[in-house]
Formats: sequence, C-alpha cells, structure tokens
Amino acid sequence: MIPPALLKQFEDLAGADNVFTAPADLLTYSYDAAVLEPALPALAVRPATVEHLGGLVRLCNDHGLPLTVRGSGTNLSGGTIPAAGGVVVLTNALNRILEINSADMYARVQPGVITAKFAAAVAAQKLFYPPDPGSQAVSTLGGNVAENAGGLRGLKYGVTRDYVMGLSYYDVEGGLVKTGAKTVKCVTGYNLAGLMVGSEGTLGVISEITLKLVPPPLAARAMMAVYDDVDKASQAVAAIIAAHIVPATLEFLDNFTIRAVEDYSHAGLPTQAAALLLIEVDGHPAQVAEEAARVEEICRLEGAARLEVAQDAAQRDRVWEARRTALSALAKQKPTTVLEDATVPRSQIPAMIAALGSIARTYDLTIGTFGHAGDGNLHPTICCDKRDHQEWQRVEAAVEAIFKKALELGGTLSGEHGIGLAKPRFLEMETSRASVDWSRRLKKALDPKGILNPGKIIGG
Amino acid sequence: MADPRELARLLGDLEDQLVVCMRCGLCQSVCPLYAQTGRESDVARGKLALLDGLAKEMLRDAGAVQERLNKCLLCGSCAANCPSGVKSLDIFLKARAVLAGYQGLSPAKKLIFRGLLTRPALFNLLASLAGRLQGVMGRPASELLGTSCARLTSPLGDRHFRRLAAKPLHALIPQMDTPPAPGKPRVAFFVGCLVDKLYPRVGQAVVKALTHHGVGLAIPPAQACCGMPALSAGDSQAFEQMLTHNLAHLRPGNFDYLVTACATCTSAIKKLWPLMAQGLNAGQRAQVERLSRKTIDISQFLVDKLLVGNTICPEDHEGRAITYHDPCHLKKSLGVAAQPRKLLAASPGQRLVEMAEADWCCGMGGSFNLLHYEQSAAIGRRKLENIKASGCQAVATSCPACMAQISDALSQDGQAIAVRHVIEVYAQALGPGGKAG
Repeated sequence: MIPPALLKQFEDLAGADNVFTAPADLLTYSYDAAVLEPALPALAVRPATVEHLGGLVRLCNDHGLPLTVRGSGTNLSGGTIPAAGGVVVLTNALNRILEINSADMYARVQPGVITAKFAAAVAAQKLFYPPDPGSQAVSTLGGNVAENAGGLRGLKYGVTRDYVMGLSYYDVEGGLVKTGAKTVKCVTGYNLAGLMVGSEGTLGVISEITLKLVPPPLAARAMMAVYDDVDKASQAVAAIIAAHIVPATLEFLDNFTIRAVEDYSHAGLPTQAAALLLIEVDGHPAQVAEEAARVEEICRLEGAARLEVAQDAAQRDRVWEARRTALSALAKQKPTTVLEDATVPRSQIPAMIAALGSIARTYDLTIGTFGHAGDGNLHPTICCDKRDHQEWQRVEAAVEAIFKKALELGGTLSGEHGIGLAKPRFLEMETSRASVDWSRRLKKALDPKGILNPGKIIGG
Repeated sequence: MADPRELARLLGDLEDQLVVCMRCGLCQSVCPLYAQTGRESDVARGKLALLDGLAKEMLRDAGAVQERLNKCLLCGSCAANCPSGVKSLDIFLKARAVLAGYQGLSPAKKLIFRGLLTRPALFNLLASLAGRLQGVMGRPASELLGTSCARLTSPLGDRHFRRLAAKPLHALIPQMDTPPAPGKPRVAFFVGCLVDKLYPRVGQAVVKALTHHGVGLAIPPAQACCGMPALSAGDSQAFEQMLTHNLAHLRPGNFDYLVTACATCTSAIKKLWPLMAQGLNAGQRAQVERLSRKTIDISQFLVDKLLVGNTICPEDHEGRAITYHDPCHLKKSLGVAAQPRKLLAASPGQRLVEMAEADWCCGMGGSFNLLHYEQSAAIGRRKLENIKASGCQAVATSCPACMAQISDALSQDGQAIAVRHVIEVYAQALGPGGKAG
C-alpha cells in the first residue's frame, strides 16, 4: 500500500490520470510472457515525458520503492514481473522517434517506440535496422536494449547490442547519464552503453537510445532443404558455417514442429521430413548468386533429400511462412508453452539436437525444436500443461538438463531471452563465483537500496 | 447470488479457454482500443488475466473487472490474430453474461433489452415516433451523409448521428415472397435493426439485386433483433427471448440461404447463436445450427453462390474513386474480405482504391459507441484519416453500424465523401429496373 501523501506525489509528478492503484489495474501489470508466478505491484505509472520518468526514479529511490520498467511486457524470463508491492513504470507513452539521420545513418528514439514500427520508418528512408525479435510487432526498443534482444538475423547482422551507439539513462537518484555518441567511433569514458545493454533494468532507467542503421541488402534468395535424418540437417548447418558462409538467416525445424505447422497452416510442408533448414542469403546480387550456389551444394553434399529454391517473392514468403508460424503452431498443441533458448557454438548444433531428443525421452515430454540454428540459438519448446503437477516437475527437471547440456557443450544459458527471474540460480554454473560477486558489488554501488528491478539476473 | 466462490466457480467453466493465453502480448499490435489508450486492461491479454484473477480469487472486485471487460469493441481483432488461438471474443461474451448475472443489469438496460428489443412491434412503433420527432430535436449536419447534430443538449452528445429513416424498410416493403426463377435458389432476407430503421435504402438495394438475379426472395415478417446488443450487455435472458422469437419466424426449411447486409447480424447468427444457445431445447439448437449454416453475407452470396462479380470491369480511370472498409465482424469473424471488393470492382463507374489499414476497426462497436463515445470517436478519426488519404470520393462497407460511425467521423470533419453499402453500389450499377426497388 502506498500512503496517501506519497500517492499524491506520484500524481503531482505524472498526472493523476497516469497513476493506477486499483487492484484490477495492478493485476494487469503483474505478469509478462514468462511461465512464472505473477506479483502484484502497489502502483503503476505511465509518464508522458522523459523528465517525468527521471522524477519517478528519484521518487522511488527516496522512498525505497522497488521499480520495474515495463514496455510491452513480452519478456520471456520474467524481467518485467515487478516486485510485490513495488512500482511499475510504463514506457509506452514515451514512443517518439526523435530523429532518423540518413546522411549519418543513425536514429534517436524514446524507449517506448515499437520495434516493428521503427524498422518500417527506417525502411521508408531506404535504410535498415536488422534486429528482429519474435515479438517485434509489439516489443519496445527500450525493452530490446534492456534485454539485448536477438532475432532471426542475428547470425549475419548481430543483435541489439551491435546497434546501440549511445544511451541516455537515469541513475537511481534521477541523474541523467549520457554515454556513447552519434559518431562511428567514440572512446570517451567507460563504455557504459555496453554495461546497460542486457542489464534488464537493474542498473538504470533508459530515456533515449541512439541506434546504428545500415544500408539494406540489394538482393536476397531463400531456399528450403528437406532432410530425412536430423543428424544430416544439423551436420549441414555446421558445414555451412565451417565453409565460412554467413547466411542472413539459417533456421531449423524438427519433425514435430513441421507437422504442427502443417496441421495449422496447410502450407504443403513435407510432413515426413525429419528436419527442414530454411536458409536465406542476402547482399549484392553477385554475392547472393555465388553464396546461394555454395549453400545449395553443401546442403546436397550433407544429404538433403530435396532442395527448393524460391524463384520469386511469393515462393520466398511461403518458405518463411512456415518459420513464422512455428511458435503459434506449437503453442496450439497444449495449454502451456515453455520456450527455451539455451545456445551452443554452431559446431555443437548436431550434439545439442541429439541431446534434446534424449532429454524429451528421459523426461517423457513433448519437445518441438526450431530456431536459429545458424547462430547456435535453438528454441526447444516444451508443450505441456502447468496444471499437471507431476508433468510440471518433469518440465522443470528437463529445463535444467537442457541448461547443463548447453554449458557442457561450451554454450550459454540464454541466447536472447534473458536471465530475469527464471535463471539467476544457474548463473554461477556458467560463469564463476567471482563473476556473480563482482556483479552484485557493481549493483550495490550503483543502486545501494536495491530498488532497480530487484531479483533479476543476480537474484538476491 | 453474491458469493465470490460461486462467481469463481462460474468463471471456472471458462478455465480451459483462459489457460490457452500464454501472455505473449501480440494482441497489443492489433487492438484498436489499446492503440488509443496504451492501458493493459483495455487489451485482450489484460482482460483475460483479470478473468483468470477473478476465477482464482486473486481479485474480489467483480464490478471493477466487469467495467474493464465491458470496455471493449468486441471487434475480434485479438482473436483473429492470436498465435495461440485464444477464442477471446467467445470468452468475453460468456464472461459478460456471467458477470451481468452476478452483478445484476442496470434498470435502463433491462428496459431496452427485455422490454423493447424482444418486442419488435413495440420497438417499431417507438422508432417511428422518434423518427417524427427527430427534426425537432436535431438539425441537419450533412445532407450528403444524412447526419444530424443536436439542437440542444441531448443524450447523444456531440455525435453527428445518422437520422432515422422517414419510413423503415418494413413499412416500405411490408411483405415479400417471390418464387425463384428455374435453377435459382430460394433466399430469405434477415434485415436487422439498423438496415430497417437507419438504412432502408440498403435493404431496397438487396431486394433489387436479388430480384435482378432471379432468386426466390422472402422477407420473413416480424423479425427481431439478432441479439448482439443483449449479448454485449451480458443479458442472456433477453438474448434467449430474441433468439426464440426469431426461431419462430425463420424456418430453415423454407429457404436455401438466409442473406443479410449487416456484418454484425451475419456473424451473430453464424457464430454467436450456436455459441450462446445452451439454454434452448434440442430442437431449437438444431434449428440454430441449420440457420447458422445457411446464413451468408450479401456480397459473399452474390460472388460465391451466384458467381457474380468474377468478371472485373475494364479499369475505369474516369470512374468514381471508391475505397472499402472491412467490417471487423465480416473479415475477422468470418474471413469475408475478397467478395465485397469483387462486387465493387464489377460495378461499372467505380475505381477501387485501397485505403491504409482497411481492416482496422472503425470504432463503432455497437453499444461501445454509446458508453465510450470519446474513445469510439478517436478510433473513428484514425479511420477518417485513412479514408481521406486514399483520395476517394466514396467509401463502401458491408455493415450499417460501420456506415453510421464513418458518417459521423466524415460529417464532423466536413468531408464531402459519400458512405455507401457495397450492395447499394452494385444495385445502382444494375440500372433502373428491379420492380421492388
């Protein structure tokens, strides 16, 4: 409960219409897209200006109130689930694109701008913003930065981190920190933007982002390789990378996913196939022609039963439609969808895919696997029903087994979904005791009262 | 009934449907209301979480949930775009019924739904009285659009509301039952309240077009409202009365198709009658299923069943630029979007130009417009801007409620853009003729 005098301070700062305290409103800010228990905040507030945003951070710190920033609440690891009794700060009114600079190829945005809208505005200026997380139709750029979001194009174009040139953010006392520049090179001061990207709202509150833009590719070619053996498909992925070809996207679908997609969209997919690879190369037309031919050759050498190269935009769309509907199709199988994103070095993709098959058998679970095979970031998706307590225990055990296997193969806990509330206890397993301690000391120094999105990443 | 446990139990029946929502939040990208307000309780994910919270007794304030649940256009954009296939529209209608039963219905709603809409004869009488009085209460705002605004303060606020027709369709065409030409189907016309009382000219166009094509045409007398307003208010009792009344007058054995010119009536009969008919007896439910299968939108009937409009007129560069607005209940509920466009393209003298976001809701949402006019009008302005940007001279659609909303927005903005039902455009192109016109 927020005392009336303090509530009035929130209302004076942000406007009474922008402050929510009714339990029915607070309940709608108690969850995100992670399969975790919700937590009720005591207050939610929707600042209309970045100055209000800074004032709110200071106000929360002055009163020791936990503060969780929320964009569109699409987080998959609980990063936007607030502390019980804390404050949720909504950024969706801070949604202005401040500048798209075509001459210098950068843009400045407020944190609440929707990723897909931004990408479209950039494309209208004949430029390209590549990061394309699965939730891009609703996700915010502020959230993308805070989570270091990835997407299908990570393999060739990198992830959000690779496009952040500069940031402004409020420290816990409401001071405005500026880091980075609009220039390609900048070594002024610590690389604070590097620290903030992926910090999940635990170190500061982002108020403005400067993003790098690139020229769009002139040509692209998509193809679908059909395999009757999962090992051959995963060997092909490793072989393409080992040949030092970097497709824009290189996606994998296993048989369970293929059948789910086909049941759902009747796209004419080969339901007998053990696995599909969906590959797109892009760039200069001459380079595209050459790389497409080499990828085709490798796919065949690695035993592709069939290869379909899209001849026009409609065929290209059909290839990608299968991938776009993968998560939907799996989500329709069972009430609960646990989407994991443990990631391994690309050479270990065959081993990881084999391990996922054996984990599904060991724990008697349905796991559909698809994802960004080209960057080692698979999405094993467990189709289950969280109301079935016995099954849910097996799900939790299987998730832990997936993490362990990924680490054993030299990989990481999370490629792009974040640590949030879901995975802090595994952090030390991947890093070291000293890494966790150092991170906690950093947090303690920058946020002495521990109000900034407590519990995320480093637990505690 | 005032026991929260009992409420939780009733909502618990929805649990199997509620659990399907994985909280991905993608509905935020398509919800017309959320785009205006940015409030999570306005979007499907938030509403589903609230119902879940009430069912699990995490929340006790049923009134607060009801208020947020009812603030919804029922446009179905969320359901049509949900990756997990959550039937949000079905859930919302059922939950509205549960909550209205629990909280009770306001006396005004009771009077309108149970006293008026269930009694077509009385409703017709009152509407005709109101039609004569409207010149006293309002003054014309746009002759082209047929809108008025209030002379003095009125319960309709700042709306440029569509004037009631001088004569409703049931007065213009009291009875009709013509035999089909050889090889043609028998059709019954479900008129619907708005076509009857606001846009009888749309009904006349339906009659003209169907007569032109030689189908046997009957307008079953004493039709009642399709029940959507009652469903929207959660008044199951009034809905069942309207449904029972309609069942008594619509005999599926007498016709091959039940044609409507109202997107909302079409989707109500096809989708919602079967969904909400649990309280009826087995015979009535079977009749509802048969009616559901036979019900069809007028454009879909002409294009898919009579194979009209499959020859596109040579592009008429001189023709009137006309754009098309997709009613949510036609495109998102029933997947009908190509047929109205084919009909427009097949009408000489027209040049179809697409507007941006043609399937973005116009903001009407039936009683949403009455209860949340400010938001409804704001959503309407987005539609207005897209219509203006298309450079059209006329906008066509397939639902009289959308027509009224779009007319309001255009009239407020002083636009000289005509609003037409697709079937009006088509029927007009057929030339004079058509005895029933």
